[in-house]
Amino acid sequence: MIRFDHVTKRFGSRNVLDDLSFEIQKGEVFAIVGPSGTGKSVTLKHMVRLLTPNEGSVWLDETEISAATGKTLDIVRSRFGYLFQSAALLGWMTVEENIALPLREKTKLKEDEIAERVQSALEMVGLANEGEKYPNEISGGMQKRAGLARSIVCKPEIVLYDEPTSGLDPITSRTIDRLILSLNRRLGITSVVVTHDLYGALLSADRIALLHQGRFVEVNTPEQFIRSEQPNVRGFLDAQFVPRDWDFESQRRGNQESE
Amino acid sequence: MITREPDWGEGRGLFGGILHAFGAVGRGGVLVFQSIALFPLMLVRGRSRRELFAQMYQAGIRSLPVITVVAFFTGMILALQVGLELRRFNQEIYIGSAVMVALLREMGPFMTGIVLTACVGSSMAAQLGTMTVNEEIAALEMMTISPVRFLMAPRMGAMILMTPLISFYTCIVGILGGGVVGLTQLNVPWGQYITTAMNFGDLRDLYVGLFKALVFGIIITGVSCYQGFTTTHGAVGVGRSTRQSVITSLLLILMTGYIITRMFYDL
Ligand SMILES: Nc1ncnc2c1ncn2[C@@H]1O[C@H](COP(=O)(O)OP(=O)(O)OP(=O)(O)O)[C@@H](O)[C@H]1O
Ligand SMILES: [Mg+2]
Repeated sequence: MIRFDHVTKRFGSRNVLDDLSFEIQKGEVFAIVGPSGTGKSVTLKHMVRLLTPNEGSVWLDETEISAATGKTLDIVRSRFGYLFQSAALLGWMTVEENIALPLREKTKLKEDEIAERVQSALEMVGLANEGEKYPNEISGGMQKRAGLARSIVCKPEIVLYDEPTSGLDPITSRTIDRLILSLNRRLGITSVVVTHDLYGALLSADRIALLHQGRFVEVNTPEQFIRSEQPNVRGFLDAQFVPRDWDFESQRRGNQESE
Repeated sequence: MITREPDWGEGRGLFGGILHAFGAVGRGGVLVFQSIALFPLMLVRGRSRRELFAQMYQAGIRSLPVITVVAFFTGMILALQVGLELRRFNQEIYIGSAVMVALLREMGPFMTGIVLTACVGSSMAAQLGTMTVNEEIAALEMMTISPVRFLMAPRMGAMILMTPLISFYTCIVGILGGGVVGLTQLNVPWGQYITTAMNFGDLRDLYVGLFKALVFGIIITGVSCYQGFTTTHGAVGVGRSTRQSVITSLLLILMTGYIITRMFYDL
């Protein structure tokens, strides 16, 4: 569905993405992990042409995103929801107005329908009572969740999550993981999740990719991923104390029971 | 999107620098035209109209206090300087005409431009710059809401409507300031001051002055929004964009001020 074809992106003389190729299937949850500053956010931005590759191309089905402009680009972008790493809420609007913004500007929905959609999106991320506050009156984690609500309120086909759980406590993190998973399972939303939270990725992703020096050194299912002998993968797993024989079954069960 | 892509980078060396400068002028120019072209939309669409009014309030009403002080003192300085010269020939009753002509032709629009650069342009650049580095502009683009329509066009519309008005207001307050100096320092009776002022006040001077102010408003908005949209490098970058927008606006105001004067007044 989303395909990177030998993408290279340079900032100055540094290759942040270096001949990167991969494909994300329709309906899957694809997690990208990796150390800070390796280019995970840069990878996401290429999927909607917020950045353009220096070499190579990015495709959404048959459309070349990396060359799309004007109307074509708008059509492509409206199929995506994007949760920015910084949440990117507009500071002079309340949380509710922020979430309603894409509906007000881009749809012909009536105000009461909009209010309903906004309220249900707020409930989904656990902010039902914070709608009237301004972004600077709520915590960073709450801003993140408000950003999440805004990115899914238009019911996009594909959602790009840039660190949806960073800055959240472990319990809320698991709630967000489950939310991402249930959006994927219930509505078939293709999800690309950039995360530092390896446990979340292991529990909810269909495939995990580790970005290192501009390339994916490993792209695999969680079960295979933790058994990988690739040195960077091992280093990354060991740093977070994930053993080769991590018990997926009981962890997943535990995750469901806590629901 | 014209606000950030294509990216010509910093531009290395002399040639790169020149290329970069031309690129900036071109992209800034496109932004200006796009935002002006959206002006009718601002008037007909309810939500945009509300935003337009909010920006008019920001640009116009909020800067009235400082404009008033600046205008009053400008008029006083003009009257005093000219009065001191004219007194040598016992002609100080004519200060009204000098103050009037100087304000209408040059000082009214010029002072308007300077004050609006300082209080409105800088805040536009800082606000849009902060939004850019916080990825808020990118978020708007992702919602397929054009930042030019959503953010720049209401600011442009507000400045187009407000700068001529503020310039006119500056002239009136300046005349009053001059009159006060005339009355208290130079013993020119109020009535006589106003009469000479009105006799020498030319409608054409007024129109050219207001046109100048309008152009200054477009320059300030264009420069500040361009600087805001092209901000990079976090908080430091916001500071740099703000500074750059003030410097560029002031230089362009000085230069176009001269050019417009030269266009309308033959030697
Ligand atoms: N607009 C830009 N201009 C210059 N350099 C950039 C730009 N965007 C990103 N970079 C550089 O690209 C590299 C990767 O950035 P990116 O934001 O993708 O990291 P990341 O993997 O998302 O890290 P983190 O986990 O901390 O968010 C960084 O070294 C950064 O300095
Ligand atoms: Mg990042």
